[in-house]
Amino acid sequence: MLWYTGKRLLQTIPVFFGATFLIYFMVFSLPGDPIAALFGDHPPAPAVIDQIRAEYNLDKPFIVQYFLYVGGLLTGDLGTTFSGRPVIDVMVKAFPITFRLAMLALAFEAIAGILVGLISGLRKGKWFDSSALVVSLLLISVPTFVIGFVFQLVFGIQLGWARTTVSGDAPWGELVLPAIVLATTSFAYIVRLTRASVADNLNADFVRTATAKGLSRRRVVTVHVLRNSLVPVVTFLGVDVGSLMVGAIVTEGIFNINGVGGTLYRAINLGEGPTVVSFVAVMVIIFMLANLLVDLLYAALDPRIRYAK
Amino acid sequence: MKIKRIGTVAIALASVGALTLTGCASGGGDAPAESGDASAIITTNGNEPQNPLITTNTTEVGGGKITTSIYAGLVSYTADGEIENDVADSIESEDGQHWTVKLKDGWKFTNDEPVTAESFVDAWTYGALFSNAQSTSYFFDNIEGYDGAADSELTGLKVVDDLTFTVDLVAPEADWPLRLGYTAYMPWPKVAFEDIEAYGENPIGNGPYMLAEEGAWEHDVKISLIANPDYDGVRKPVNGGLDIKFFATQDAAYADIQGGNLDVLDGVPDSAFATYEDEFGDRAVNQPAAIFQAFNMPYYLEHWSGDEGKLRRAAISMAINRDEITEVIFEGTRTPATDFTSPVIDGYSDSLEGADVLEYNPEEAKKLWAEADAISPYTGTFDIAYNADGGHQAWVDAVCNSIVNTLGIQAVGKAYPTFAAALDDREQQKLTGATRAGWQADYPSLYNFLAPLYQTGAGSNYEGYSSEEFDNLLKEGSVAPTVEDATAKYQEAQEVLLKDLPTIPLWYSNVNGVSADTVDNVVFGWDSVPLYYQITKE
Repeated sequence: MLWYTGKRLLQTIPVFFGATFLIYFMVFSLPGDPIAALFGDHPPAPAVIDQIRAEYNLDKPFIVQYFLYVGGLLTGDLGTTFSGRPVIDVMVKAFPITFRLAMLALAFEAIAGILVGLISGLRKGKWFDSSALVVSLLLISVPTFVIGFVFQLVFGIQLGWARTTVSGDAPWGELVLPAIVLATTSFAYIVRLTRASVADNLNADFVRTATAKGLSRRRVVTVHVLRNSLVPVVTFLGVDVGSLMVGAIVTEGIFNINGVGGTLYRAINLGEGPTVVSFVAVMVIIFMLANLLVDLLYAALDPRIRYAK
Repeated sequence: MKIKRIGTVAIALASVGALTLTGCASGGGDAPAESGDASAIITTNGNEPQNPLITTNTTEVGGGKITTSIYAGLVSYTADGEIENDVADSIESEDGQHWTVKLKDGWKFTNDEPVTAESFVDAWTYGALFSNAQSTSYFFDNIEGYDGAADSELTGLKVVDDLTFTVDLVAPEADWPLRLGYTAYMPWPKVAFEDIEAYGENPIGNGPYMLAEEGAWEHDVKISLIANPDYDGVRKPVNGGLDIKFFATQDAAYADIQGGNLDVLDGVPDSAFATYEDEFGDRAVNQPAAIFQAFNMPYYLEHWSGDEGKLRRAAISMAINRDEITEVIFEGTRTPATDFTSPVIDGYSDSLEGADVLEYNPEEAKKLWAEADAISPYTGTFDIAYNADGGHQAWVDAVCNSIVNTLGIQAVGKAYPTFAAALDDREQQKLTGATRAGWQADYPSLYNFLAPLYQTGAGSNYEGYSSEEFDNLLKEGSVAPTVEDATAKYQEAQEVLLKDLPTIPLWYSNVNGVSADTVDNVVFGWDSVPLYYQITKE
C-alpha cells in the first residue's frame, strides 16, 4: 500500500513537467501579440511595446522562455502577471476561494445525491423515484448558466435570501448558493448512478444471503447494499473534484467570484503564460491526487480490491 | 469593519468642516449641497486596473476611473467636456506654442507636501522618458526634447518658480490645454520617485478623493476611496467616499444593482438592453458617449483604392441601414454616426458637407457600385474582420446582410478568436477585407479623434490612408489662433474624410448607466464615467 502510494506520487513529477511544457507551448502559440492587445485601440509608441515585451521575455524563442519559467519555478518564482503582480499572490488568493466553493459543492452533491439516489433505488418505480428521475433529467439538460441566472434572480434579487454576488473574501455562507448551482449537474448524475447501483445490488446474491441470515433491513441496506453501491459513485466524485475546481468559470462569472476559473479565463485571453501555466500545473496536481485518493478509497469500500506491488 | 466605518465618518465629518470654513472665508460663493449625507459612501462598479496606479501608465478605463478621482490636474472636465481650471490659475500662450502655466497657491498632496511646478514637471518628465516605457509617453511627443526611441531630456519644460512653469511645444497647438485633464498630465509628490511600483499600489494624490488607507486597493475585489478633506478645487465631493467594486462581467454588476448592493452602474450588459429602461425608469441613462465605431477598408487591397475605391466605399456606406441596425440589434443603445468624432465633443456637427453618404440610400449605392464595376468588375466575397471575444458578431452579421441585400454581392463576417489576433493582421497589413475599428477619446477634442487614426503614417492608421489635403487641414487646425478657428479646420478635414471614406462610420456607442434609488444627482461625464463628486446619498 505504502509502496503503491509512493510510486503514484513519483509519477506526478514527469506528468507535471510534461503538462507545463505543453501548456506553455499552447499559450505561446496563441495568435497575436499579447502586449499590443493590452492597449486596445490606443497603442503606445512601438518602442514602448518592445520594452514591455522584453520585460516579460516575450521577445525570446519559446524554449528559452520555457526554461526561464522552469528556472524561476525551482527558485520559487512563478513569474508576474502583465499588471506586475507576482503570480504566486494571485494563486494564494484564488485557490482557497475556489477550494471552498468546490468543497461545498462536493459536499452538497455527495450528501444530497447519495441520499436521493438511495431512496429512489430502494423504492424503484414509486412516485419518489419517478419524480427524482424527472428532476435529475431536467437538471442534466439545463445548462449551468441558466440555473445560475435563475437562482441569482430568485434567491438574490427577488427573495433577497442570498447576496447577488459574492464579496471579496468569499466567506463560506455567501458561497452556498453558488455551490448549489455549481453542483446541480453532478448532483443529478450521482442520483442516477446511486439509484441504478442500489437497485442492482438489491437483487445481488450477497444481499439475499444477508437477508436470509436474518439481518435487519437497516443493516442490509447500509452495510451491504449502500457500501457496495458506492464504488462507481466515489469514482465519479473523485473525477468531479477536478472538474469542480476547474469548471467553475461560468458560476464564478455569474456570482463575481475571484476564483481559479475566472482568473484562468482572463489570463488565457490576455496570453499571460506564467499565470496560465502555474494555475494549470496546480490543477494537474489536484487531479492526480484526487485520483489517487479514489483508488485508495476503493480498497476501503471493497475489500476484494488489493494493490499489488 | 465597524472601526473602519467610524474612522471614515470622522474623516468625512472633518471634510465637511473644512468645506464650510472655506465657504465662509470666501464669502459663501458656492451653494451648499442641498441634500444627502456628506459621509455616505457611494458604491459603484469598476474593473481591476491593468497596472499599478501610475498616472503616466494608465490608459484603460479601470485604472483611469480611479486616477481621475484621486488626482487633480491643471484642468478638469465638466460633464460637457469643457475644461475648468483645477490646480491651474492660468494657462496662457501668445502663439499657441510657448505656454506659461501658473498654479494656485495652497494646494497640497494628501501627505501634506505642497503641489508645485516641480510636481508637474517631474511627473511629465518621468512619463516621457523612453526607458521608463510608460504607455502614455506619446502624449508628451509634442513637447520640445521628446524622443520616442532613446532617452532624452524634455528641454521644453522649465520651472520658473514654485508656482510657475513654461512649456515649449514642437509646433503650435491652439487647443493644447484641452489635453491637460487627461490622466497622463497629473502631478506627483516626491515620494513617487523613490519606489514607483510601491507608489502605484498606494498612490498619493491631490484630487477630490484619496485612498481610504494603506492597502485600500484589494486586488480583483475593490478599491475604497474617501473624500480628501484638503481638496479645494472645482470637484468638491458632496459624499463621503467611493467604493469601486471590480466585476469580471457586467451581468454580475447589473445583478448587484438590482439586488441593492450597488448605487451606481456605468455599463448595462447586452442582456438587459431591452429591459433596463423600463426597470429603472428615469434612473436609467442612455446618451451618446465619446466612442466612435466604424469599419475600415485597407488601401492595400485591390478594388479599394483610387477612384474605384472611392466609389465602392461610398456605395458600401450607403448600403448600410444604420437606423435599423442600431434599433434592432442594439435596442437604441447606439446612435447612428454623422461624422468621425462624437456628439459629446465640442465642435461636433451633424451637418457636415457630404454627410449624406452616411445615410441609407440603396438606389444611389447600387448606382455607385455599378460605376465602380465599370472601372474594374468586382469578384469574390466582401468580409469584415472582427474579434470574436468582443461581442461584435451580431452587428457585423447585420451590416453584412444590409450590404448583401442592397448590392447583391456576397458579404460575410470573418471572426478572429481574440483581439490580439485581429490586431496582428491589421498591423502587418495582411487583411483580406474590411476590419472593425473603434476609437474612444482620451480627451474631449476633435483632434484626438482625427490625427491618431487618419494622418499619414499615424500610430493607429493601420489601413494606410494618406491624403495631403487632410494632413494640411489638420496642421492648419492645430496652429489656428483660436479654438473656434481650429474647430472650423477640423470640420473641413472631416469633409475630406467624408469624400474619401478611409473608414465607414457606423455609430457612436452610448453610455448606458443606471443608479439605485439610494442616490441622486447622477450625471454622466463626456467620458462615460459618472461625476462621482456630485452624487448625493441619503
